[in-house]
Amino acid sequence: MRGGNLWQLGQSITRRLAQADKKAITRRSFASEAEQKKTVLYDFHVAHGGKMVPFAGWGMPIQYKDSIMDSTLNCRENGGLFDVSHMCGLSLKGKDCIPFLEKLVVADVAGLTPLTGTLTVFTNEKGGAIDDSVITKVTDDHIYLVVNAGCRDKDLAHIEEHMKAFKAKGGDVSWHIHDERSLLALQGPLAAPVLQHLTKEDLSKIYFGEFRMLDINGAHCFLTRTGYTGEDGFEISVPSENAVDLAKAILEKSEGKVRLTGLGARDSLRLEAGLCLYGNDMEQHITPVEAGLTWAIGKRRRAEGGFLGAEVILKQIETGPSIRRVGFFSSGPPARSHSEIQDEKGTSLGEVTSGGFSPCLKKNIAMGYVKSGSHKAGTKVKIVVRGKLYDGNVTKMPFVPTKYYKPS
Amino acid sequence: MALRIWASSTANALGVSCASKSHLSPFSLSRCFSTVLEGLKYASSHEWVKVDGSVATIGITDHAQDHLGEVVFVEVPELGIPVTQGSSFGAVESVKATSDVNSPISGEIVEVNSKLTESPGLINSSPYEEGWMIKVKPSNASELESLMGSREYTKFCEEEDAAH
Repeated sequence: MRGGNLWQLGQSITRRLAQADKKAITRRSFASEAEQKKTVLYDFHVAHGGKMVPFAGWGMPIQYKDSIMDSTLNCRENGGLFDVSHMCGLSLKGKDCIPFLEKLVVADVAGLTPLTGTLTVFTNEKGGAIDDSVITKVTDDHIYLVVNAGCRDKDLAHIEEHMKAFKAKGGDVSWHIHDERSLLALQGPLAAPVLQHLTKEDLSKIYFGEFRMLDINGAHCFLTRTGYTGEDGFEISVPSENAVDLAKAILEKSEGKVRLTGLGARDSLRLEAGLCLYGNDMEQHITPVEAGLTWAIGKRRRAEGGFLGAEVILKQIETGPSIRRVGFFSSGPPARSHSEIQDEKGTSLGEVTSGGFSPCLKKNIAMGYVKSGSHKAGTKVKIVVRGKLYDGNVTKMPFVPTKYYKPS
Repeated sequence: MALRIWASSTANALGVSCASKSHLSPFSLSRCFSTVLEGLKYASSHEWVKVDGSVATIGITDHAQDHLGEVVFVEVPELGIPVTQGSSFGAVESVKATSDVNSPISGEIVEVNSKLTESPGLINSSPYEEGWMIKVKPSNASELESLMGSREYTKFCEEEDAAH
């Protein structure tokens, strides 16, 4: 995702502390408490019982009054409102902004219809993922994108470096970082009916992946029908001075059914939806092909290449990757990241990268990387948790069916 | 051990530790009023021990289960295994976090609560009764003196919450 590396932090800290790796711990805790950034909704979260935790340099609500279990279920039954203002919204402008961006991502940006977007991956020269991002073509000379909070500095430096070189060759591109805006995600079956109360635009005409600039609750917003929960819903970029009012209005219009939902439930939701958390399920050394995101590499891009690491990635598409991201159901304790995956003979196949107890399915789900050949649904594996072997099964993802709003 | 940890500031990142104490929302209020029973002894890693004749029963405290959230899996040890004061003998898994559980005293395990395998939620619903984890034959009675009483433990929890 979309969000940073909470889960990883939680996981690694738990296990590491058990091994008394005290150095790493102290460093992390100091860094996290001292220089925490706050979104404009910080006090609003606290007033609503938010338990604030450090996350990718921000103080963010991990949960509110509800348990993570209830909060996850409520998002799927009714709806959840998430503050995702820590994520970095960015506009690329200029008549060459599309060829510029296409150098850095695997998506067919030129081929996108205006006012539509897609999930994509920023790649490095080795074909590894620098970050995942949702990008939208607003017009032919304006791209709007959102990158992960935890990758912000790295991504911006990467984009800037390439932008300088591109401009030096006469390319027309500039950027604007939307630090004047906040980002809310409204997800779940009530997202559309509730939001419809607050705007004149007919939301039934905006489908999954589509984008509009419009007035919501009296403020000029960027609306994307997307999210990271597997549910129908929206991400709303709102001027920061209007963010608290909008959050209040959404909660009010839903008559309490849409609830503030924290990072804990967000992580359960995205895992159930089979979506990657950058930093866990996707990293610098993992290619989009290995991560199961080959679908995000446009047809034209496969034919032409022209993005960083294209040679590696296109070769992998041709010959098949040596490792693949897959889902698992498992018995025993929930598998967590870095749990080893073995075949039935005890040979190591790879590692779990995210895992937990699914609030919706009431059983353990996980995703991780295995050697190709062991990636087919139904393959029996063993997952090692605290030195004990537990039965697992390779499973198709998403674990919970997605409900994106698409034209019928 | 992790139980100890998430109670520390580090584990903020785990998200299981930190009610925002300065704001008296109902949520954090409930945290201040976790049940602490008299007559039990408590470890700073949030386990309790109750001595009854030659057998000591051990579990995690109400405060601990409250911070952890819904418990979805409990790993209990096998019978006859020795436990050492301060060392992990099992683990408790919630939706989001894994916490090792330490033994507050040393001894030999004479009984484990097998109900927890099927009903891990007993840790949440009844941390001091049905959610007990192991029974131990203590090997060193003096270890009990190093543990906190109910009043001391209540204060300990309050201070720990306030630190976050």
